[in-house]
Amino acid sequence: MSMQVILAQALLGLNVGVFYAMLSLGLAVIFGLLNIINFAHGAMYMLGAFVALIGYSLLDDWFGISLQIGFWASLIVAPLFVGILGMIIERTMLKRLYELDHIYGLLLTFGITLILQGLFSNYFNISGTPYPGQPESLSGVVNLSFMYFPTYRLFAIVFSIVVCFATWFVIEHTRLGSRLRAGVENPTLTQAFGLNVPLMITLTFGFGCALAGLAGVLAAPIYSVSPLMGADLIIVVFAVVVIGGMGSIMGAILTGLALGLVEGITKVVYPPAASTVIFFLMVLVLLFRPAGLFGKER
Amino acid sequence: MFNQRKLLHGIVAGLGLMVAAGPLSAAEGLSDGKVKIGVLSDMSGVYKSLEGPGAVVAAKMAVEDFGGKVLDKPIEIVSADHQNKPDIGASTAREWIDAKQVDMITALDNSSVALAVQGLASEKKVITMDTGAGTTALTEDQCTPYGIHYVYDTHALPVGTATAMVKNGGKKWFFITADYAFGHSLQENTSAVVKSLDGEVVGNVNAPLGTTDFSSYLLQAQSSGADVIGLANAGQDTVNAIKQANQFRIVQSGQKLAGMLVFITDIQSMGLDIAQGLQFTTAFVWNQDDEAETWSRRYYEKQGAMPTMVQAGVYSAVTNYLKAIEAVGSDDPDAVRKQLGEMELNDMFVKGGKILPNGLMLHDMYLVEAKKPDESKEDWDLLKVISKIPAEQAYIPLSESKCSLLK
Repeated sequence: MSMQVILAQALLGLNVGVFYAMLSLGLAVIFGLLNIINFAHGAMYMLGAFVALIGYSLLDDWFGISLQIGFWASLIVAPLFVGILGMIIERTMLKRLYELDHIYGLLLTFGITLILQGLFSNYFNISGTPYPGQPESLSGVVNLSFMYFPTYRLFAIVFSIVVCFATWFVIEHTRLGSRLRAGVENPTLTQAFGLNVPLMITLTFGFGCALAGLAGVLAAPIYSVSPLMGADLIIVVFAVVVIGGMGSIMGAILTGLALGLVEGITKVVYPPAASTVIFFLMVLVLLFRPAGLFGKER
Repeated sequence: MFNQRKLLHGIVAGLGLMVAAGPLSAAEGLSDGKVKIGVLSDMSGVYKSLEGPGAVVAAKMAVEDFGGKVLDKPIEIVSADHQNKPDIGASTAREWIDAKQVDMITALDNSSVALAVQGLASEKKVITMDTGAGTTALTEDQCTPYGIHYVYDTHALPVGTATAMVKNGGKKWFFITADYAFGHSLQENTSAVVKSLDGEVVGNVNAPLGTTDFSSYLLQAQSSGADVIGLANAGQDTVNAIKQANQFRIVQSGQKLAGMLVFITDIQSMGLDIAQGLQFTTAFVWNQDDEAETWSRRYYEKQGAMPTMVQAGVYSAVTNYLKAIEAVGSDDPDAVRKQLGEMELNDMFVKGGKILPNGLMLHDMYLVEAKKPDESKEDWDLLKVISKIPAEQAYIPLSESKCSLLK
């Protein structure tokens, strides 16, 4: 087994890992600040991809608007759309559940997932519609000496990592972030200082959803756009969050990237285990460090 | 109260029995005053474009060209989506047969669905003319008295393609296999051909049906050191794999791709830039001769795409089924099946075809190659025929068949 093969699969693993990282980051932000287990996160990812697809090829057919939203514009439009939808869900539904047990939020968001998936399965085929809007400038191939790697995938890796660390920086190292964290730590006191805590919570939920939507747009040119694309991923992403530690921002990012790598390398070492290795690690972490690798015992 | 409930149970049980008994069919003439043909296909998934709605169009064309009537009774086409799920396929077929008096079921792409439906239909004495599925099991160990396998099978596909590739120096093979009945059957049969020519199979990996990211499978294939990467899959799966192989420069790095089951719609969707030079085996090319071309252009008018071999096969199967009914003057399945076995099939799809007792429709196949972009004269002018594979060479000879009906 040559180094070349391991490197190649590791890079592909990293490619998957950035999606794990972006999704688990959103989940971690939402859980850390709102204490909600957002099961609709996979659906938001799926929605992001569909907004890109519909914006690119179906606006004219469906709504008679002769406008084409290209890939670059989708990187802004889709997260905005998904974020706003997230805020509407938070304002109208989730807000009422804060006083109740976690499980209610989980059930509600799970229900929302089923509705969204059902809706899209009705109009789109399950096995996926290719996204035609990948920009020409990213369609080439880069020679990395150990392998040829499509430019677009390289772009997706770099772009996602930048977004992840920017998010971490904002939450951990800016005034805005410190206010957010204060609002979570002690909402009453924070409100007494004149900060609008409910608004902050709504915006945070919207931001988490927008991150998922952004991941969806990035995924669209690589994987086909399908109603179940989120459902396939969300279970793994939950495992990532559990391994990283619920609520830890940096933990979610690093664990996501690392587990993508582990999965990729497993494909070289023992391919049949590739789809289960993450869950095996989850069991180990739960046995020896129940709060997760980066989490703190509460 | 108690008695009333008993009464109710009685009524329900009685109704149930009535439904179960079903209509008694008459041996003479048409059993229910019409001939109903069911097109059961993947209408929404990976195989939609190669069979799906196009198969319904082809079946309707066949009925239209037949005059809409057989033995002076109307012909009706019904269709449904089996979603590539054997349970959905089987329950649809059961409903069609029991409640809607469907006389023949065609299309049946997806081998798992095809095996389930063929078994069920034969128990109920309904003819199936499978145009879409590949597995040889349909006419081998799971053959039935009423099941006909019409267009191609996983034995015929590798005979042309694998033989040509091995002879051109592709001795070492690695398979990327669709992980269900069809893929495994195709891999097994292709391996047999490769080994019979002193080739070698160095490895394989199973990918689930509907995989969108083949990159890691392709890299496994690349690192195996194989000369040829055999794609034992079909439809959108094949398209995705070939496109991504192009993205990762697999072919440019010296390995060859062998699409074991490729349809013209796949080539159209990939584009000749990517597909050029790809060799594969097919039963039908729309512009192979004038008769085929005339029919195909009519089909194009209705469907907006040229027909695949299985869509053309549906037209041929339905037409010959209707001819058989007309010849025997009844839609009695035993008589029609016997007649189909005695006819020589000649139309725009097949020349000199014969349906064997195990259900296999014996006909010539073609080894074709995707044209270079500058060789293509029009939008769908994509393939050139390299050689004809005689029927006897392509298919399992009757003397070697494992079908229990022959014993």
